[in-house]
Amino acid sequence: MDALRWHIVDFFQALVAGLLVGGTYGLMCVGLGIIFGVMRVVNFAQGDFMMLGMYVTYYLVTGFGILAFLGPYVGPVAGAALAGPIVFGIGWLLHRYLISRVTGARAVSAEGEGHYAQIIMTLGVALVLSNGGLILFGSVPLSVRTPLSSESWEIADVFLNQGRTVAFVLAVIAALGLYLFLTHSILGRSLRAAADNPIAAAYVGVNVDRCHRLAFALGVGVTAIAGGLIASAQSFQPYIGFDFVIVMYAGVVLGGMGSILGAFWGGLTIGLVQQMSTLVLPYQLQNTAIFIVFLLIVFFKPQGMFGRVSERT
Amino acid sequence: MYRAPISRQYAAILLFAAAYLCLGWFVRNSYYQLMMTLVLIWATAGVSWNTLSGYSGMMSFGHAAFFGLGGYTMTILFVTFGITPWIGIPLGIVVGVIAGIVIGVPTFRLRGHYFALAMLAYPLAMLYVFEWVGYQEVPIPMKREAPLFYAEFSDPRAYMVLALILLVICMIAALHIERSRFGMSLMAIKQNEPAASAAGINPMRWKMLAMMISAAMGAAAGGLYAMVLLVVTPQTMFGALVSAQALIMALFGGVGVFWGPVIGAAILVPLAEILNAKLGNILPGIQGVVYGVAIIVITLVAPEGIYWRLRDFFTARKPPLGKAPISVSMAETIGVDPKSSAERKRAEGGEVLLSLDRASRAFGGLKAVDGVKLNIRAGTIHGIIGPNGAGKTTLFNVINGFLRADSGSISLAGTELVGLRPHEICRLGIGRTFQVIRAFPRMSVLENVVVGAFVGANSDTQAERLAMEALDRVGLADGQAHAIAGGLTTKQLRLMELARALAPRPKLLLLDETLAGLGHDALDDLLAILRRINRDGVTIAIIEHTMQAMMKLVDEFSVLDHGKLIASGAPTKVVKDPAVIEAYLGRKWMERAKDTVA
Repeated sequence: MDALRWHIVDFFQALVAGLLVGGTYGLMCVGLGIIFGVMRVVNFAQGDFMMLGMYVTYYLVTGFGILAFLGPYVGPVAGAALAGPIVFGIGWLLHRYLISRVTGARAVSAEGEGHYAQIIMTLGVALVLSNGGLILFGSVPLSVRTPLSSESWEIADVFLNQGRTVAFVLAVIAALGLYLFLTHSILGRSLRAAADNPIAAAYVGVNVDRCHRLAFALGVGVTAIAGGLIASAQSFQPYIGFDFVIVMYAGVVLGGMGSILGAFWGGLTIGLVQQMSTLVLPYQLQNTAIFIVFLLIVFFKPQGMFGRVSERT
Repeated sequence: MYRAPISRQYAAILLFAAAYLCLGWFVRNSYYQLMMTLVLIWATAGVSWNTLSGYSGMMSFGHAAFFGLGGYTMTILFVTFGITPWIGIPLGIVVGVIAGIVIGVPTFRLRGHYFALAMLAYPLAMLYVFEWVGYQEVPIPMKREAPLFYAEFSDPRAYMVLALILLVICMIAALHIERSRFGMSLMAIKQNEPAASAAGINPMRWKMLAMMISAAMGAAAGGLYAMVLLVVTPQTMFGALVSAQALIMALFGGVGVFWGPVIGAAILVPLAEILNAKLGNILPGIQGVVYGVAIIVITLVAPEGIYWRLRDFFTARKPPLGKAPISVSMAETIGVDPKSSAERKRAEGGEVLLSLDRASRAFGGLKAVDGVKLNIRAGTIHGIIGPNGAGKTTLFNVINGFLRADSGSISLAGTELVGLRPHEICRLGIGRTFQVIRAFPRMSVLENVVVGAFVGANSDTQAERLAMEALDRVGLADGQAHAIAGGLTTKQLRLMELARALAPRPKLLLLDETLAGLGHDALDDLLAILRRINRDGVTIAIIEHTMQAMMKLVDEFSVLDHGKLIASGAPTKVVKDPAVIEAYLGRKWMERAKDTVA
């Protein structure tokens, strides 16, 4: 009887952990979803922008201590929130001077060869960011210190890590704010139009190039906030980005390309898969579980989940 | 096929190998010896990547899967069973090829981004599995008693020679792929897969073959890499940087040509290694930064890689296509008068070639083709008309296998077509052209047509002969055969597409708005060509909006509206059919139209 009870507790513990982690994954995926949806570009550097978000938060809070005056509770949160605009700026500049040269309205419609340059460009950016990060930040794993991450609430034998819980709540708030922006502002609406059908959007007067820049900067900024939020819950080093690329793509693809809201649910699901897999699989294989789920999603794609296939022959 | 003779390429490869060997032989510094070996191994990994992704355009971010499996198979066999690498590496290649098949079968169903992302996941999944199983760091044991038997050499140059032999084998294999039907088919798939499959190429078959060869090369390189490093870890074998490095060599040096990865490796590996040795302790990630910067710069200044940039520089560009008209007087010499009555009789008496029996195809609730019954008789020109969205192109797609009919039957001279794939249907004798021209823009006109001819030819030379013959039949033979398709006019492209469909000598041609966008003279020329092709015994089904041209051309009309066949028969009869007039003009105009036609 007792054994069964502990199984149930384990289950709920994994469920809760999955939800909490999934919330931040969801926010990350929203960032990638904006980029993938609007630009139709596989951005390999997305994970590395998340890594930048983590380091920006770290340096604001712990490293340079600029936000130390806010105290150990508010400081990390403010750091994560500030990481957003800072990485937004970096993303804006990168798009302006590099990415825009190989993407754009023309490249969106070009199947096949047009994609080479885009993918390679972001792969190059990813390599430069992660290895440049190694040079700048060093290889020692760091984390943003907050007393929250070592404390938890206990509800019926299930532990809620306070740091994770706060990160989850903030991630949901950030995602909601973004959702309101996308649905209620003209800029946001044109972004969604461009994500839904870039060519049609251009025909009705949406400035697709500006949308791309905004989407890219906004996308990496949002992912950086998510990175900042989990920076206090787990340790990180400059190479951490790549581990998250598949996590993010799994979420985005699951939610449906072009659907920004769907990306959040996708990310949440991936968080659940990752944590729940530990119930049946060894701990080390939780990322393998994500890859397998990702492959399954990709293979058994119902057309609707991926957006349309509309091509004239 | 149309480039420098293959013997010259052989000579170049051997010259390269000899020069490399000479250079390597006199290098005494063991660090540089190792570096020269690594250049060769990464060049091989690059050639491996190129064989799949460079030729076929299917971007792989997961070549570390094959590389790692090759390395780990060799190492595990050596460590646990004492099996020599001489056997272990070939077994690693076998494992790699099997992995290639297992990965390829599901993954080739994906397109574009999804293929690339799925490929990324395989080696990373393997990485965690190998870590979990406990192969975090497996050193290769020293066998002092029989070093040669265990492929352990005190002279590091021996490894370089082995790596050089492997690279030369891979280069020669890649050369032969490039110069054969195999490589041409992959190029066609890369540039336009639907067109390639409609031209009789089986995309799955060629992609799978490319995957297997590519996996074999990758696994061999991985095995050799493990031998040289003397230790394997999941990160060095399956890590994302391994996949990236294989791809970077090819992209930097040149995509789709076997010299590319060799050039890339020869430049990038020493650069990164030397910087790492000099600055590695103060700038620990310098190697990755070099690779990253290298590919960013290359995408900006030479998107296809150094090889192509150099080639463009050294070979003077071909003069732009002349405006030489195809044949000014063709319309006059052949004549565009209506068909003679004798011809019509022959047409009426022909047997049924293509028969559709209640063929249907729906998209969700929309019935794009709805229970169409249609017979096309051998030797005729059959016009298919109808308002926009009537389902004409969908009908063609269902006939040639791009779409599968939901119900009903379609048969070509008695052979059931429903369920067959496009290349199989092409093989049975149905060629087609497209509403939106689907050329292979980077290939020459002749190559475009040769790709179409493969299906009807037993050898590559026969394919070329068939292609020349088809070009001759459409009047593109002289002067334009070697022009690059990307620079042609609409009319020339239409003719080239026609020739591509004609090359394997099909029984039936499906022409989808072949006359669209042509000027008056060009239209007359094309009509003349179509009639001549028809006179030579090819049955034609043609979709067209220009009624004037159609009236001159066709023996029989079928009219579609909302997916249904609403009328069919002789042209003069069909244009008077009230249902047809209504479909085109709407009910309101019916009364007036009736008076006019009458």
